[in-house]
Parts: sequence; structure tokens; C-alpha cells
Amino acid sequence: MPKDHGIGASTKRREDVRFLTGTGNYLHDITVHGQAYAVFVRSNVANGRIVSVGSDAATGMPGVLAVFTGADFTAVGGNPAGWLINSRNGEPMREPKRPVLAHGKVRHVGDAYAAVIAASYNEAKDAAQAVADASVIEELPAVVDMAKALADPTNRVHDELPDNQCFDWGWIEDNRARVDAAIKAAPHVTTLELINNRLIPNAMEPRASIGEYFPGTGDYKLTTTSQNPHLTRLLVAAFVMGIPENKLTVVAPDVGGGFGSKIYHYGEEALVLAAAKKLKRAVKWVAERSESFLTDAHGRDHVTRIELACEKDGTFIAFRTETMANVGAYLSNFATVTPTFLHGTLMAGPYKVPNVYVNVKTVFTNTAPVDAYRGAGRPEATYSLERVVDMMCRELGLDPFEVRRKNFITTDMFPYTTPVGLAYDIGNYHATLDKATQLGDVAGFEGRRAASAAKGKLRGLGLSTWIEACGIAPSNLAGILGARVGLYDAATVRVNPTGNVSVFVGAHSHGQSHETVFPQIVADKFGIPESSVEIVHGDTSKIPFGMGSYGSRSLAVCGQAMSNACDKVVAKGRKIAAHMLEVTEADIVFSDGVFTASGTNKSKTFGEIAFSAYVPHNYPLATLEPGLEETAFYDPANFTYPAGTYICEVEVDADTGRVEVASFTCADDFGNVMNPMVVRGQVHGGVVQGIGQALLEHGVYDENGQLLSGSYMDYTMPRADDVPFVTVDHSCATPCTHNTLGVKGCGEAGAIGSPPAVVNAVLDALNRAGHNIAHIDMPLTPSRVWHAMNG
Amino acid sequence: MKLAEERHIAAEPAVVWAAVLNPEVLKQCVPGCESITGSVADGFEAVVVQKVGPVKARFAGKVTFSDIVEGKSLRIAGEGQGGVAGFAKGGANVTMAAAEGGTLLTYEVDASVGGKIAQLGSRIIDGFAKNMAGQFFDNFQHAIEVPVEAEEEPEVEEGKKKGWFKRLIGS
Repeated sequence: MPKDHGIGASTKRREDVRFLTGTGNYLHDITVHGQAYAVFVRSNVANGRIVSVGSDAATGMPGVLAVFTGADFTAVGGNPAGWLINSRNGEPMREPKRPVLAHGKVRHVGDAYAAVIAASYNEAKDAAQAVADASVIEELPAVVDMAKALADPTNRVHDELPDNQCFDWGWIEDNRARVDAAIKAAPHVTTLELINNRLIPNAMEPRASIGEYFPGTGDYKLTTTSQNPHLTRLLVAAFVMGIPENKLTVVAPDVGGGFGSKIYHYGEEALVLAAAKKLKRAVKWVAERSESFLTDAHGRDHVTRIELACEKDGTFIAFRTETMANVGAYLSNFATVTPTFLHGTLMAGPYKVPNVYVNVKTVFTNTAPVDAYRGAGRPEATYSLERVVDMMCRELGLDPFEVRRKNFITTDMFPYTTPVGLAYDIGNYHATLDKATQLGDVAGFEGRRAASAAKGKLRGLGLSTWIEACGIAPSNLAGILGARVGLYDAATVRVNPTGNVSVFVGAHSHGQSHETVFPQIVADKFGIPESSVEIVHGDTSKIPFGMGSYGSRSLAVCGQAMSNACDKVVAKGRKIAAHMLEVTEADIVFSDGVFTASGTNKSKTFGEIAFSAYVPHNYPLATLEPGLEETAFYDPANFTYPAGTYICEVEVDADTGRVEVASFTCADDFGNVMNPMVVRGQVHGGVVQGIGQALLEHGVYDENGQLLSGSYMDYTMPRADDVPFVTVDHSCATPCTHNTLGVKGCGEAGAIGSPPAVVNAVLDALNRAGHNIAHIDMPLTPSRVWHAMNG
Repeated sequence: MKLAEERHIAAEPAVVWAAVLNPEVLKQCVPGCESITGSVADGFEAVVVQKVGPVKARFAGKVTFSDIVEGKSLRIAGEGQGGVAGFAKGGANVTMAAAEGGTLLTYEVDASVGGKIAQLGSRIIDGFAKNMAGQFFDNFQHAIEVPVEAEEEPEVEEGKKKGWFKRLIGS
């Protein structure tokens, strides 16, 4: 019988009531009295010298209140990178200043060099166009291709740097010689060159911000589409604007999707605050979809060469990777950690391979900044590994399932330290492989292939066995690896006098279902109904602190903080119960919402304890404080390591090259599952994004740095008819060993594990049909597949 | 985007050369051209209205001539700003040589666009540019080749100025 309440129940999403009835509170639903509107003037060229900005053209135009240019922000700070990465030679990475508005030069199409504030949106838009028309920007040759960018230091994205390289990172540098020697001596080496295609995040709600300034107190308020309001406050206050943190409130209301793109602080947020202060009125900005395409931090964009050295029987000896990773024109906040510690540390996969070395060169180009996008580095690692393993199996005529089984870390080996610096605490990779094999009916594949062949379709089966490090992160490890912030999280559990509970969490929900799932945990902890628990998030003036939601960390880090705070509340409740029942604290047993004096029939309910805490008429105040509210900060001891097996079957149209995903099966180990329905939804969404990357999506710049796939006419998002029903299983659970909830995180898994399963399936179909095709780069559009089949 | 084509024009190279440098000819031949003024030495100022896919805009820009080898070859380059639509720029390397019965005109066109036109219309830009170049040289050929008498005929299609250039220069 499925559980209907608390941890493990498929409680329906309470937030859907407002989302599905049009009563959500998204940024554009908010109107502040007297608000003005900001429209940004953005570069049409990828690389250009700003000769003059035509601000005067806006003067006197209807409704215009102010025009800002880069010159207005030369005295304030730049938007910093969150991680310091050192090059192999010990030099720190190069960090060019990322200004609020471009000054001197524009560095990508969409780079804002001015902003117009007007009384209405249309007036601001007209005036912004007038400023654009009156501005003179001398176009310079664009730096677009990464290899050319590295080869030619004369044409630079940032004039003050010696070349276009941000850093040249080796992981682990001390392993390099040993890995080189192992590959040299290996009986077989498979080499694969691949491109991990650039993706554009396309959150349903575009980025938007409202800046407010209160002259009476000197307080600022930024309402913005953020995945992490405290991080945004820190960046805006301490690094960019120099506003004291206590004078700035950041609110992230209902946010319609982020996928990473709303982790970061963007210049528009600083601009609306500066404008609000200058004009003494609220200033709103809402991105148009075109602006989202041009300026949201993009994802992936790696060019990689990976080698797999192995025995002839498929036993892995070494992986060696050389990658160029695009960081775009400026360093976005997580741009330096994504291709390094979120990528290189995963290059051992779930395999007991002794030798691994990763080299990553990050490259500045005249394109939009590139940063973490759902999966962030781990999809790139998984794709490289699972593609090269598949290619090796084909080269040596080995069964991809057996090769994985042979190389998996076995359950008796945990905790297992990889050659790339991670310590996997627990897992069972054979179990998920077996489960997916069974659920995906691999045994029946030949029959389905024959049925497909009968209707002229080429059927193939692709396998991907993925692992990720998430729940980021332990601060001590992150600190060693160059993080400039800590990566704990925090929660305050406030029991109200009438016994219901308000929980203030640092995690931000923009699709993750926190408002439903977090109460399930609290309800279990306190023995009260889920409906008695309310989750408050997204407001720095209410929540204790928080590093936000990304890296599949909400539950494993913030959820655990909340769980710890609940434990503190229960501990306090025992003290109160002991006082009320006139026994010692050690005699109090708490179970199912009732505090009982053991060995007696005397008890107090959770509600009675709560009421007493706020009506403390006879408390021994020296030893017992009134109130029932606790805060916990939680910093995990390790990453969590979800893992799983994905099996994809495709049908390829032999005439047109069109790929149809026929079935997709997931067997994941997320540790303990709080709400199976929500987890299924997360995996469905992630897999669909992965299918989008594998078959459809591609952010394409031409040689002049113009974004060619800048609208939905050319950037193809997956739609319902592009994806099959996704079978999801999470029964092979090995609970995480270092948090008491035993949870690992499921938000990114689908996007991490799925692209190689799809591509492997297509190549399987083509090779089974007699085409000798080693690799096709994503996205596997009909055109690319057709050309591969037809030379 | 780049394209290279050639055309045979039934007129002497000297006639073709003069036509290429004549703003009145260019105005009539450039599809969507509203005005063109200036001189070969200083360049022309041009206003062209065009629709690229979903984006319609009035492009104001400059046309310049360079690498001039009198009577033989030159480069025509242009750049137009289309306001909210973005910009278009490009050029053509044009060579002409005497051929049997007239002139062989060879042109290599390169064109690029930026801003909204690139973001929204990239997949149709190649076709658009090819079409534009094709129309231009059709018009150009028409202006030079078609006999003057044809203009008097009632069924003449609107907008086609048949053979007027030859009449203009009296050949």
C-alpha cells in the first residue's frame, strides 16, 4: 500500500494550485506604485569599440527619465567569478572585470552598453532605439572559434589580457605522467573527438528585476528572478554596488524555471537598483525572449578529445581528456568551476579505472557567457565517458552491458576514492544496470528491431551508466578547490503558538516542489499533518541564510538543515515536556507527535508543548527559555553520489535520417526518496532536456559572432511529440551515508545521463544497419544523420 | 554567406562599366531602393527597404567603390543600419571581360547580417542574399540589354525600365 502522508508519499504539489489557476506571483505580476521601466541598449556586433553612446538622442523624448551608460559604473565593482582556478603552471586564472554596463568595448551580441529609464515600457523602448541609432560602435573582428581564439593572441576579447585563455587546468596534474605512460603501454586505445553542443537555457519565465530605494531609511530592495537570493545579495551588495548587506533585501518570488541560468547575478539587477536610487522610484525590467537568448548564461560548449585505454577484454586502464571549454565574453559566477571541478572530478565515472587525467583550457570568445546549466559539467563528463566506452565496445566487438559490469566499482569497495579526487560513499551500479535491463526489456530488443525493420525503420539501443557528484558541497572541500564562498545551507523551523509550523529555508523553489516535499519531512518529524507546515523561501529579510538551489542540493543540503532544525525543536520540546510533566528530560519519549513520560500514562501533544512555549506562565526561566523556534546551518561531510543506468531505444528513418525516441528507461539510485511522484517528474524533465540536447537544441554563432539560433524558429526545444513516455525506477536505493535523511538529489540526473544513451542508440541503429559510423556530433538532426548515412 | 555567379550581357564592356557606376542605374536595379545619391569618388548614400523573413526594415547606409581597375573590375561594398532590425553589410567583387556578343560579368558576393535579422532570419539569409543578387543582376541586365522600343509596348510590367540606360547614354 503506497504511503499517503509524510516521507515517501506521493503528496500532490500544493504549489500547483496557484500555478495552474493563474494566481502565481511571478515578477511581472508585481507592480510597485510609480514604477518606471528600464530598457537596455544592446550591442548588435560581437566585438566592438564604443566610439560614442548616443544618450543625447533620448533627451526630451516622451517619458524619458534617465539614461545610464558604462561611464556611470566605472567607480563600482565588477561581477566576480565565484571560484578561483589555477593553471597547471600555478598561475591564477585571468579575471577581466565584468561591468554593469559595457564601457569602452562591447564583447558579445547583446552586451548592454546603455539603459534608458522611462515612465512607460514603450517610451523606454523607443528611446533605447534612438540611443542605439545615435551610438557609434566600431566593429572589430570577432573571436568565436575556440581553437582560433587560442591560436591567435593578436585578436583578443579582452585587450588587457595577453591572449584569450582564462586558464589551462590539469586534474590531477601529478597523475599526468602516469596516465600518459599507461596509455602508451595499453593494448588498445580508443580515441574520440566530440563537441558538446552549446545550449541556451530557455526558462519559461525570462529574467526580470525590480529595483526599489527607500530614501527615508536608505534601504534598497531588489525583487528578481533568482535561484539564490542571498548569493545575489552578497554579489550585488559586497562586490558590485557597495551597498551594505543590511541595507539590501533581495526577494525572489515565484520563479518560472532556472536550470542554472538564474543562479548568477547579472548587470541588469545592479542597474535597476542604481536607477531606483537616482530617480527615487521603483524601476522594473523584464527581458524579452530575444534578450534571454542573447544574455542568459548559456550551457555546455566543450570541444573534447578523449582517449580510453583498455585491455582487449575491455578492462579499463586509463581515461585521458583534453577539453576546450567556452566561457564566452565574461566570467559568469560559476563559469570557472563548471568545466573544472564539476567536470574533471567525474571523469572516472562509476568505474574502477586506475588512471585518469583531465586537461581543460577555458577560452574567452565574443559570445554570451557560458556557465552551469542543468547538470553543469557532469553531463559533459558523462557524455565523453559513455560515448568513448560505447565506441570502444564497437571497435573491440564487446557487449556494452558486459563491459560496464566488468568495470563497475563493486559494493564491497565503498567508500571508494577515485583517481580524480572524489570519495564515493556508497552505491550499487550493478543493481541499477540489472534493473534497467529488466525494465527496458533488453532481452526483447531483437523482436522490436525486427518489427521496426518491417516498417522500414532502423532500431538501435543505447546505454549510459552515469554518476554525478551533487548536493554541493562540503565547504571545506570546495574551499580547497578554490570556492570563494561556503556551500552549506540553513533553515529555521518556527513552531507557532497554535502548533502549526512555518519553515524558513535557504533553498529556492523554482520548479523543485519544496513547498510540497519539505512539509512531508517536517510532518514526519513532528507527527503533525503536512497541511500544518508552511515553507517560506526566497526573501533575505525572512529566511535565515541560504546558498540557494542548484547542483541538486536543495534536499541533501537545505532539507538536511531543516531536518536538523526539527531535531533541535524536538529536543527543546522534551525540555518543555519534562517541565510540564514534572519528570526529567531523560524520561521523555517523543513519538508520533506525543511527548510521553516513559513508564507513565502522562503525556503532552506537540500542540500542547507549542502553546506552553509561548504561554510560559511557570517556566524556570534560568534553565528554560520561552518560544519554540530553532535554526540549523548544515554543511555536509561530502558530496552525494547519485548514479544510475539509462537505456534508450530509437528508430531512425533510413530515408530522412529523422530519429524518433521509441522508449527511454531509467533506473536511478537517489538514496531515500521523499516523494516518488516529484522524483519521477524531475527525472522526466531532465531526460527531456537531455533528449533536447541530443537531438534538437544548438546555440549557433556565425563567424562574426552573430547568434543564428536566436529564436524558437531556429532553436528547437523538445516538444511533447519528440519524447516517449519515460519509465522511471528508483527502487535500487543505497541511502547516502553522511546525511540522516539518506538522500542524494535527483534534479539534474535526467539531463546528465540521457544524452549519451540517445546518441549511443542512434549509432547502434546505424551500425546494425551496416553503416560504419563511429560518431555523430549532437544535435543528431535529420540532416546530420542523413549525411552520416549517405557520406 | 558567399556566392559567386556570372552573367553574359549583350553590351560592350564600356557600356556595362558605365552602368555599374551610375547611381541612377543602381537605384533602379537594387531591389527596394528608395534613394541613392553621391558619387563614385565619395561613395553613395542609399536607403533600401527590405523584408528579411519576419523582419522588415529601412536600411540607411553607404555604398563605396574600391579596387577600381578602369573598365575591368572593382569592389562594391555596402553597409546598412536597419534600426531595431539590426544591420546588413556586404560587398561584391565584380569583373567584366569582353566576350562574344557582349560582356561576361562575374561577381562574387559576400554578405552578413547582425542583430535581430541574424537571430530571427538566419536560415533564410542565404536564400535571401542569393535572391537579392539575382534580382539586381536581372534588373541590371534588363536595363542594358532590352531594346528601347520595348518600353513603349503597353504590356510592359510595372517597375521594369526597359533599356532606358542605353537610351540615356545614347548607344
